[in-house]
Amino acid sequence: MQKFLAKRAVSSAISLIFLIIAVFFLSRLTGDPTDLYLPVDASQAARDQFREIHGLNDPLIVQFGRYVWDLVHLNFGESIRRAEPALPVVLQAFGWTFRLALITMAIVTVAAITLGALAAFRVGGIFDRIATFFSLIGASAPDFWIAIVAIVVFAVGLGWVPTSGVGGPQYWILPVAVLFIRPFGLILQVVRGSMINALGSAYVKTARAKGVAPKKTIFVHALRNAMLPVITVMGDQAAALLNGAVVVETIFGFPGVGKLMIDSILNRDFTVVLAAIMVTALAIFIMNILIDFAYAILDPRIRY
Amino acid sequence: MADQLLQVRNLSVTFQTARGPVHAVQNVSWQIDRGEVLAILGESGSGKSVSASAVMDLIDCPPGEITSGEIFYEGRDLLTMSRAKRRAINGKKIAMIFQDPLAHLNPVYTVGWQIEETMVIHGTSAAEAKAETINLLRKVGIPNPEDSAQKYPHQFSGGQRQRLMIAMALALKPDVLIADEPTTALDVTVQAQILQLLEELQKETGMALLIITHDLGVVAEIAHRVVVMNHGEIVEQGSAREIYANPQHPYTKRLISCAPGQGEIHDKVSETEPLLKVREAKKLYGAFEALSGTSFDLHEGETLAIVGESGSGKSTTARILLRLEESSGGTALYKGKDLFAITPKEMFAIRRDIQMVFQDPTQSLNPRMTVYELISEAWAIHPEILPKAQWKARVATLLEQVGLQSEHVHRYPHQFSGGQRQRIAIARALALEPRIIVCDEAVSALDVQVQGQVIALLDRLKAEYGLSYIFIAHDLPVVRDFADRVIVMQGGRIVEQGPVRQIFDFPRETYTRNLLAASLDPDPEVQARRRAERRAKEAV
Repeated sequence: MQKFLAKRAVSSAISLIFLIIAVFFLSRLTGDPTDLYLPVDASQAARDQFREIHGLNDPLIVQFGRYVWDLVHLNFGESIRRAEPALPVVLQAFGWTFRLALITMAIVTVAAITLGALAAFRVGGIFDRIATFFSLIGASAPDFWIAIVAIVVFAVGLGWVPTSGVGGPQYWILPVAVLFIRPFGLILQVVRGSMINALGSAYVKTARAKGVAPKKTIFVHALRNAMLPVITVMGDQAAALLNGAVVVETIFGFPGVGKLMIDSILNRDFTVVLAAIMVTALAIFIMNILIDFAYAILDPRIRY
Repeated sequence: MADQLLQVRNLSVTFQTARGPVHAVQNVSWQIDRGEVLAILGESGSGKSVSASAVMDLIDCPPGEITSGEIFYEGRDLLTMSRAKRRAINGKKIAMIFQDPLAHLNPVYTVGWQIEETMVIHGTSAAEAKAETINLLRKVGIPNPEDSAQKYPHQFSGGQRQRLMIAMALALKPDVLIADEPTTALDVTVQAQILQLLEELQKETGMALLIITHDLGVVAEIAHRVVVMNHGEIVEQGSAREIYANPQHPYTKRLISCAPGQGEIHDKVSETEPLLKVREAKKLYGAFEALSGTSFDLHEGETLAIVGESGSGKSTTARILLRLEESSGGTALYKGKDLFAITPKEMFAIRRDIQMVFQDPTQSLNPRMTVYELISEAWAIHPEILPKAQWKARVATLLEQVGLQSEHVHRYPHQFSGGQRQRIAIARALALEPRIIVCDEAVSALDVQVQGQVIALLDRLKAEYGLSYIFIAHDLPVVRDFADRVIVMQGGRIVEQGPVRQIFDFPRETYTRNLLAASLDPDPEVQARRRAERRAKEAV
């Protein structure tokens, strides 16, 4: 078990290092932050001073060395734009994204598993039709379009919910609802397929021969077996949400990590971009470990 | 008749398939009473399991439909009862076990939980069920019942898993136990143990035992009465002894005459220089020794059988000879070259000399290729054998030689029956004009009649092409009829080898003797005698 965790940690660290290198140098290709932060007619002296303060005068490799050195000391650097340490800024935004992802995934999981299992039990039945309908929408309608239509209809037209920002529960309804659709449709299909397999399996036949009632056959005997492929897809979808739902967060003015990243990239606020990437990468690493644990809990044949 | 425990009357079941309705069983009637052992005997597709599935409410509608008939249990018609009432009978009054216990046990729950569940859903308290599970496990011969109850199905052997299924089925002391091919996937010695256990439990509880099987030997060993089915209809029923000694229906007669183990033993001993000399062949998987130093010769024109139970190393031997896997030591001399040591390029040239026929043609033939493509592919790989212009004619000839129609060249494997598919696999092997064909359980998946036909085909081709066979099998009667020489393997080692007559009539090793004793004879008289001997031995 410890060996497995150690192996996982090492391989994740290696990918993270490559990611940092790539992002560090690639982001510098976008241009000099000085051009963005100082007025167009700023004097050369002012420009030099700005570059001096933010360490932009040194050769790239020296900047990188300094960045890594700071990083080793858990110093993620300062945001140029906000003139405050990057990490707290990122953590605060990540907190919003994390809550958004958690709420969305919780609803998606319960809904997709229940509906998917029922759809599999009677292929072609009413639940199956509902499932197919949602999957089709999830797969075909782009979320920025749904988001805008939802704002127009529910916020502007009907005035049931606010258009954007954060606050009470009513602010969460639209972002969660829009983010819900795609993973729900996808996971629903995987649950359905996996459940059809499980319900046709020999052990379900045994359960029927034992006199187990249909509800218990579906949710106790078949579902746990059917969950393994589902968990993989759920992990993928959750990772996408943790990375920050850039489009949805931007449209709803939601102060999450996705919106923070896109703003920081536009502002050439490199330290924030890098800090955001590292925080989300760590979160996804932890989530993958949890998924591996979930596998082992669900299937006794899997041991690490 | 009316007071029979379980009675099936004029049952007809139809399945809707893509090719139209299939009448799985038609007007089938049988009955079974307490204390009785009834066997339903039939080949694959005979509908032998369908009436039992109807009894257990396991037929899904659609695609299945019960078009006529009644099933009386203690005088009440199961088919007119509500689903809930039938569930109350399933598992409590009528229980069922199946062929492949690993697939039929839920992999993600402990076996203890699964056995307890049977009791709990029928009203036993959880604590009582827990205690009873331990008793049941002990009764069916599972070691350390307390610990075993906490384990998962994959942690048991095949035979133990079937014991677990039996424990689960017998938890509530049902009146009827239905066993659908309960020993088919098991080794012969394990099969004997399971049948003995079933018989003991049946005697002890006085329940009715219904065995569904394709194996005359199983019928002979355990059944009092037998129902013979063919194409969804009952052709004959009566006492097991009567049916064997005096079959009335032509189908039953054919089935009994096809039972392997009754033919002439080949008394030919080859004096020629060995074609293949294997010495000290080894195969390791990590620290596990799958094959620990086996040595044998294969002579020209010989059929050498390798027999043994699962895990004995017989298939490993075949795989390292064909370099499908690398050996871990030893030599295999063929035409002066060591097959284990030559380069892949040299091996490529030799491959056409040594071909293989696998157990399951459904899996070993690519389903997306036509028969023509499957057979001619060999010549595309080894172009020196045949110019492309002659491929068509040669495929047609090969098909005719293996007993298939040459106009079927453009069909796909799924359009053939199991036996026909195995003939395609043989034609494919022959396409390369090999000297040696390795048959790895090549007839095990086939029905006895088809098995007999394929064996006859292999025998004929051997003479025509001057072939030598390495015939890997677990079924001793088939080996007795077909092989010239036999190697008996156990745990990666050769226990004994010699001519067929010596191995079958004068076995030296205890293991060989046990293996032969566990193998079932289709004659109920012979089995009754063996049972009596076994009991006498146990009493001592």
